[in-house]
Amino acid sequence: MLKNIIIFKENLYKWTFTILAFSSLLFLSGIVIILFKEGLPIFRKVKIFEFLFGKFWYPTYQPPEFGILPLILGSFLVSIGAMLICVPLGIGSALYLNEIASKKQKAILKPLIEILASIPSVVYGFFGMVVLAPFLQNLLNIPIGLCAFTASLTLGIMATPTVCSIAEDALSYVPNSFREASFALGANRWQTLVKVVIPAAGSGISTAIILGISRAIGETMTVLMVAGGSAIIPKSFFDPVRPMTAAIAAEMGETSIGSDHFYALFAIALILFLITFIFNIIAEIVSRKYRLKLGLAG
Amino acid sequence: MKVKTFLITILSIITTIFCYAEKIVLEGSTTVLPIAQKAAEVYMQKNKDADISVRGGGSGVGIASLIDGTCDIADSSRPIKDSELDKAVSRGKDIKAHIIAMDGIAVIVHPSNKVNGLTKKQLKDIYTGKISNWSQVGGDNQKIVVVSRDTSSGTFEAFGELALDKEKVRPDAIMQASNQAVASTVAKTKGAIGYVGLGYINSEVKAIQIDGVMPSKETVLTNKYPIARPLFMYTNGTPKGLAKELIDFIKSPEGQKLVEEEGFVGLR
Repeated sequence: MLKNIIIFKENLYKWTFTILAFSSLLFLSGIVIILFKEGLPIFRKVKIFEFLFGKFWYPTYQPPEFGILPLILGSFLVSIGAMLICVPLGIGSALYLNEIASKKQKAILKPLIEILASIPSVVYGFFGMVVLAPFLQNLLNIPIGLCAFTASLTLGIMATPTVCSIAEDALSYVPNSFREASFALGANRWQTLVKVVIPAAGSGISTAIILGISRAIGETMTVLMVAGGSAIIPKSFFDPVRPMTAAIAAEMGETSIGSDHFYALFAIALILFLITFIFNIIAEIVSRKYRLKLGLAG
Repeated sequence: MKVKTFLITILSIITTIFCYAEKIVLEGSTTVLPIAQKAAEVYMQKNKDADISVRGGGSGVGIASLIDGTCDIADSSRPIKDSELDKAVSRGKDIKAHIIAMDGIAVIVHPSNKVNGLTKKQLKDIYTGKISNWSQVGGDNQKIVVVSRDTSSGTFEAFGELALDKEKVRPDAIMQASNQAVASTVAKTKGAIGYVGLGYINSEVKAIQIDGVMPSKETVLTNKYPIARPLFMYTNGTPKGLAKELIDFIKSPEGQKLVEEEGFVGLR
């Protein structure tokens, strides 16, 4: 009797957690199905090629134009800019924290960087819009501060803690014996860092970079507030842009369900999903490759 | 068991009584939507048994529903078209118009801008991309930064119809999500031009004349200011019951206060 109860309880726990673990799979497949179901109908009206490479995004006019090239380029420009800022900042601070900082410094710095990660994106957006944009406008003498450059800067600062904390974790997994062996062979600190520690943590660092880019490309609130929102093909970093996420957020509220515009916004979401999906797969492949190379894989 | 049956009977009687509470449906323009929604909310708070449901959909949808009899009040940001009137008459409907508010859009620039007024033609050329420098309209040699509301906004739609004759806004215009955001962007950007509801003009921006007329409550109400329009509610026949009460409420001083709070121009 007692044994039966124990077995029952054990099974109950097992199944509960199995269901919980698989529920994320359920959500994911639900989202993917909806994205395809609501995104694909637009391609009956607009050819995929015209949709992806059309230069004009005028979804609310008669006749509407659904060309998302300006939006895709806007997203990429802002993300590349953000990457140029968050990669050196994030990895640099991770290296300092793990290799150079004293215990005391680390105890102060690490929580501070993590606080940076917990600031809501709308606060970054507000900061970018009210403080950074007017400042840059005066400093650089550009016509308008709300542009790809300001958005990149804000996103770069936002993504830095993500990159830093993942890279720092990766560095801390490098066994100390590696460093000791390197020093024993007469390498100095710099040589050890560049030739031993960074390659050994390479998989984690590249994952950090790719997740940082994913975060930047998927970020919505900040770019909506800071990037300016013009659906043009940007010619410089100082042009205003309308990234894909900003277009979806700004327009979804007022489209009627089932209209071409509605389907077009879902198609943008689908493309965005595919882009981040590819980035995540690349991150996975890169990290495996590195692990195998170093013989760290199980 | 008996008590339960008794309670159920009582409950069903009460629900039947409450079902007799009058119900009306408002449908139409998304521009009028905030007014209709706010008025319905306030009215229902005061009269607990009133049941008012408010839907968007656009002016055309609202008028079509009114003709089909699926709504009681059609919200519209434009006068009814002749084709719609013909259709209504053929269905034996007698459409009555009620002006509930005015919608005026002010054009604003940075306070340091020398330009004090534009013609409607110049304004249109600036927004559609034919004019790109302030020197072309009598200002300093400075690039014009065009600021617009995002495409989903009712103000964007109204501006497109009243000022741009439905032509496309230049693609490099800065798109902002709210009247407030347009005003603050224009306030911080030297070469900027933007447009906002009349209620959003403040000391940090400069409103300019259009065709020689300054935007104000008076010029909008007297039809002198060109970027303005009346907002309508249409009913089938002279409104009765709850529909009449709601329209009267919106036209009352209290209702007109709500209209102004939503950024429109009250009728008095």
